[in-house]
Amino acid sequence: MSLVFWILAAIAVLGGLAAMLLRSTVHCALALTVAFAGIALLFLNLGAQFAGFVQILVYVGAVAILLVFAILLTRGSEPPTHGVFSTTWLAGLVIAAAVFAVLGSSVLSSQRMLPHESTAPAAPVVEIGQALAGPYILPLEMIAVLLTAALIGAVIIALHEKEGEQ
Amino acid sequence: MTPLAASLLVAALMFSIGLAGALTRRNAILVLVGIELMLNAANLNLIAFWRYSPHPEALTGVMFAIFSIAVAAAEAAVGLGLVIAIYRHYKTTDLDQINRLKG
Repeated sequence: MSLVFWILAAIAVLGGLAAMLLRSTVHCALALTVAFAGIALLFLNLGAQFAGFVQILVYVGAVAILLVFAILLTRGSEPPTHGVFSTTWLAGLVIAAAVFAVLGSSVLSSQRMLPHESTAPAAPVVEIGQALAGPYILPLEMIAVLLTAALIGAVIIALHEKEGEQ
Repeated sequence: MTPLAASLLVAALMFSIGLAGALTRRNAILVLVGIELMLNAANLNLIAFWRYSPHPEALTGVMFAIFSIAVAAAEAAVGLGLVIAIYRHYKTTDLDQINRLKG
């Protein structure tokens, strides 16, 4: 495995760790942006250019901004008065460690059965576009409907409640 | 270690970090952040399997990752809308204090 992969993996994992451990919520959102960018670079390193750029556009561009807006609209930007971790943090940590142990051990034990093609596949955007307009046309339409419904739903949920209205 | 196993291990580590954050943080927005990290780790798995599969020309992994990103974006929008609605009602995003769904 190349050195570049491990550097990019370190960026992504350290960004994720910082996003979950930092005290200030705004710093967490910024660290999360680093983690998203690291994942996008990993996609590019694995040869999936289109997915990598979609990741940058959607996550680094849109979701991170949305998170910062939500943090600033709520009182999340102020430093928390009492600890940032919930009262049941130990149970959560144990569950997460157990999940990692199960996933890691299953990956390591099934290593020999995993495929390992050495030639890098090409995924030109033309082919992705043709696949989206051909065999994947129905999922594409469903995603379009889902995104429309989700955006309308998000606006309705976040609408301000009128005083005295049930 | 084969390259695919390395990618899968990195994804498993990211997933566990996201899970730990979602289970331990107090702030509802940071729970959403943890869920986003878990979704990203799953996407990394899809892309890694596509890269090292014997038939990458089918583009299945890339397509799955792209659709997964779209669904995750919709999820983030609805989730943050819910957090803002709850904040307006309770004046807090502290999950230890939000213990009722009834208004």
